[in-house]
Amino acid sequence: MITKQSARRTSATAKRVLQQLGHDRRSVALMLVVPAVLLILFKYVYTGNAALFDQIGPQLLGIFPFIIMFLVTSVTMVRERTSGTLERLLTTPLARGELIGGYAFAFGSTALLQSVVTTAVALGPLSMKVNSVWVIAVFAIVDALLGTALGLLMSAFARTEFQAVQFMPAIVLPQLLLCGLLNPRPEMAAVLRWISNVLPLSYVTDAFTRARTVQGLDAQMWRDLAILAGCLILALGLASTTLRRRTP
Amino acid sequence: MNKPDYAIRIRDLVVVRGRKLVLDELSTTIGAGSVTGLLGPSGCGKTTLIRCIAGIQLVKSGTVEVLGEPAGVATLRRRVAYVTQASSVYPDLTVVQNLEYFAALMDRSASDVVTALDQVGLTACRTDLTGNLSGGQRTRVSLAAALLSEPELFLLDEPTVGLDPVLRRDLWKLFGDLAAAGHTLLVSSHVMDEAARCERVLLLREGRLIADDTPDGLRRQSGQDDLEQAFLTLAERAGHTEEPNAVQERQAS
Ligand SMILES: Nc1ncnc2c1ncn2[C@@H]1O[C@H](COP(=O)(O)OP(=O)(O)O)[C@@H](O)[C@H]1O
Ligand SMILES: [Mg+2]
Repeated sequence: MITKQSARRTSATAKRVLQQLGHDRRSVALMLVVPAVLLILFKYVYTGNAALFDQIGPQLLGIFPFIIMFLVTSVTMVRERTSGTLERLLTTPLARGELIGGYAFAFGSTALLQSVVTTAVALGPLSMKVNSVWVIAVFAIVDALLGTALGLLMSAFARTEFQAVQFMPAIVLPQLLLCGLLNPRPEMAAVLRWISNVLPLSYVTDAFTRARTVQGLDAQMWRDLAILAGCLILALGLASTTLRRRTP
Repeated sequence: MNKPDYAIRIRDLVVVRGRKLVLDELSTTIGAGSVTGLLGPSGCGKTTLIRCIAGIQLVKSGTVEVLGEPAGVATLRRRVAYVTQASSVYPDLTVVQNLEYFAALMDRSASDVVTALDQVGLTACRTDLTGNLSGGQRTRVSLAAALLSEPELFLLDEPTVGLDPVLRRDLWKLFGDLAAAGHTLLVSSHVMDEAARCERVLLLREGRLIADDTPDGLRRQSGQDDLEQAFLTLAERAGHTEEPNAVQERQAS
């Protein structure tokens, strides 16, 4: 049930998270600029092998929002858990879904902004070729939200911000290795391919690879989108069960 | 609806945290419209007891009734405000941003924020980053976030720790005014002097209530004028009926 008050609490939470980001200009700058700089770096690393950059470039557009939102969310949420603010929030009328919704909205819109900057650099100066730009935006948001949801979830298992940062390599790097960025998935050993089949980042990479050649969304991309949405809902559901009101 | 004349009723409350028995069959009743002090040394279970009343502590057995309802039910979240021991506000927001957020959660307006800031004497710091304030100022931001929701029951965990005497006096006056206006306050402290400011005092030691009386009553019971001395006398007396370490020993067995 969505009431006016519920909407007010959700939007207030999103506003609060964005205000916190607003006081941390350096982080915002890093979030917005670093992916574009990395992309430029990739372009020049692959000078002389333009075909390879054409392939990897779009995939990177999908991977950045996921990694960065995972990192930002898990650290912010660990802070919320350890500082006592979460405990306090759970004694107010704020519902768990409203808290998660607020986070998702704040970081989802940040991810969109980041994606716009990165994509603009990619399509402009780096003259990357992509068929449908809006498809990139859709997948960037979904996969940023997935990063946010997994960050919320993993924050339950970290006691300190330092531990939360350690989850980045543990959760993200294996997906990075297996998602098809370094080696196309059909060419992997069977076992690795099976593992990659259950990792959400693989579907992000698939979709971004196809976005290069396909006009709009084809059947396989709809499937990727559905799988990602399923993972997102699952991760959000699990994350909300880690927000317990009564604790030992 | 029949309004009960007590704000909190606790019966046979047992809480185990980790492997430690923290609250041991605690029972008490706290009247409405008063300031009750929860006093005892560090580690005696004050925070745990307050968490039980706020409905966020897993309890082993016993009942906690708050404003006529079981502690922790959703409807109490508007009627009870819990101010944690560590100031639970966002250090990376300004004072007024913090309060506006909590106001939105409690369905309050901007004018409630202004009033709360004035009540804790922080109007001048309204646009300062909360993390840049002194510890005592942060505690007051945290308190203001509770004040603006105008709850029936305030649960304040060591709100006056680390404040200078003038501020402490002002806050205790504020607590008295709130009680006079019909609010109920449970205020914890490990500084025995603060007991004198309360209408009633619960003395907690190793998870058990060793006294439940007015400050004058405590002096009479113990035959000591100084409340610090009164606590020592009462703690010793409680120790005679049960050895000081019996709480932990029983848990271990
Ligand atoms: N999360 C926890 N897990 C295990 N034991 C805890 C936890 N929190 C507090 N305790 C123990 O419970 C006892 C009471 O703690 P607390 O209620 O915080 O006391 P006080 O607020 O009076 O200082 C202490 O012995 C403390 O070590
Ligand atoms: Mg305490």
